Amino acid sequence: MSLTLFNVILAVFVVICFVALNAAYLVYAERKGAAFFQRRPGPMENGPWGLLQPIPDGIKLMTKQLLVPGGVDKAVFITAPVLAMFPALVSFVTIPFSSSIVAHPIEVGVLLIFAFAALGSMSLLVAGWSSRNKYSMISSVRAVSQAVAYEIPLMITTITVVMISGSLNLTDIATRQLDGIWAWHIWPLQADVGFNLLMPVSFLILFVCSVAETNRAPFDLGEAESELVAGFHTEYSSMGFGLFFMGEYANIVIGACLTTILFLGGWSCPFGDLGFFPLTHNVGWFLLKIYLIIFVFIWIRWTFPRTTIYGLLNLSWKYLIPISLFNLLLTAALLKVF
Amino acid sequence: MGGYFSELFSGTKSLIDGMWVTLKEFPKRPVTLNYPHQSVPMYRRYRGHIELIPGDEGGTNCVVCGMCERACPSNCITITSEKPEGSKKKVLTGYRLDFTTCSLCGSCVESCNFNAIRFSNEYNLASTRKEDFIFDLMARLKEQQS
Repeated sequence: MSLTLFNVILAVFVVICFVALNAAYLVYAERKGAAFFQRRPGPMENGPWGLLQPIPDGIKLMTKQLLVPGGVDKAVFITAPVLAMFPALVSFVTIPFSSSIVAHPIEVGVLLIFAFAALGSMSLLVAGWSSRNKYSMISSVRAVSQAVAYEIPLMITTITVVMISGSLNLTDIATRQLDGIWAWHIWPLQADVGFNLLMPVSFLILFVCSVAETNRAPFDLGEAESELVAGFHTEYSSMGFGLFFMGEYANIVIGACLTTILFLGGWSCPFGDLGFFPLTHNVGWFLLKIYLIIFVFIWIRWTFPRTTIYGLLNLSWKYLIPISLFNLLLTAALLKVF
Repeated sequence: MGGYFSELFSGTKSLIDGMWVTLKEFPKRPVTLNYPHQSVPMYRRYRGHIELIPGDEGGTNCVVCGMCERACPSNCITITSEKPEGSKKKVLTGYRLDFTTCSLCGSCVESCNFNAIRFSNEYNLASTRKEDFIFDLMARLKEQQS
């Protein structure tokens, strides 16, 4: 697809709509999910089954007063929420939703996504730093130490997949897994992965890391309500907070997309190419997969209590990093042998 | 090293067990009610404020003996009555209950020998105005009968 102006504007428009709709309805899904796990009905008042709930939520968020507390580092304080939202939006540019639906396939797509993910944790740092609030400060320090700890195994695992597929292009990585469910990278003992037994473990590591990267429970140390008020976004009101919120949900979608493309075959149909349209490889499968993963995110959030910061860092440095490194070396060796 | 792997496996297993517990709850029906639209039926013997029992041939069973008024330790009850021309019995014209000072002791219900008053099942009583808790039980009875 050529990069004409029209394409770019269309892509930006579609991506912003997608992100905003997702943010609105993932909040609804989150509340309904929480309710069902706790055996409550959840939001029921607005529209059938509360389906119109996101609209008043959005109106409330947008019409609140935007406060900039005295003594904050104003320029940085205002930049931080934009910095949270912007990388999340840009990352969507290179994510392929199907073989044809991709805004701009970039040869180093994986690299781009990780670069912008790092920028996302940067926004948490500057938000906490500029807020002139000790809780925000502690929270941003935590968020950064967490991001550093979990980006390492995340990247090592991604490198494992990149080594297998021999490409940094997300479209290529997904295209390699189109031959039905057994070609997906999640399964052990595949011929072209060199019969690596540890691929499910790799998937698990990637999944845990993407939960941690999005600052979600049980790894939401950055906004631990019981200790840090609301963490880095304590001082933000109205759409300042709203942007953090949307950025967080956009990051969840990106995490789910990445997991899907790297391990679950992207837009591939689990039964291989069946020949007729709805069941062939298409965007429907991709969306189905990412929303299943998001369901698991919600499921995890409402199952586990928050870890301690030490438990969180221990998990990464003592378990995830060594195991992902071991799997990287094992994959390299197996690819050489077979 | 032994501890390392056993901790890894037991930890992973406990996480999976935990997720299985919540997953089993997910498809079940909610145990809570959608409150303002639904509410639990009140127990028959719940002791709300008192109310008049409707009489057999309309009206009430009250003979205006005044026992309840006298039995009340906090003077919540005020009865007004009149004696119609040519009749020997008094007729109840007003039964005012000041619920703000009522302690729900039940002395009035206990003292009534004519089966005229009982506890109601009313429990949705919230207001910011004192006047809302001064009930005219005659009017309430009429409203219930209509």
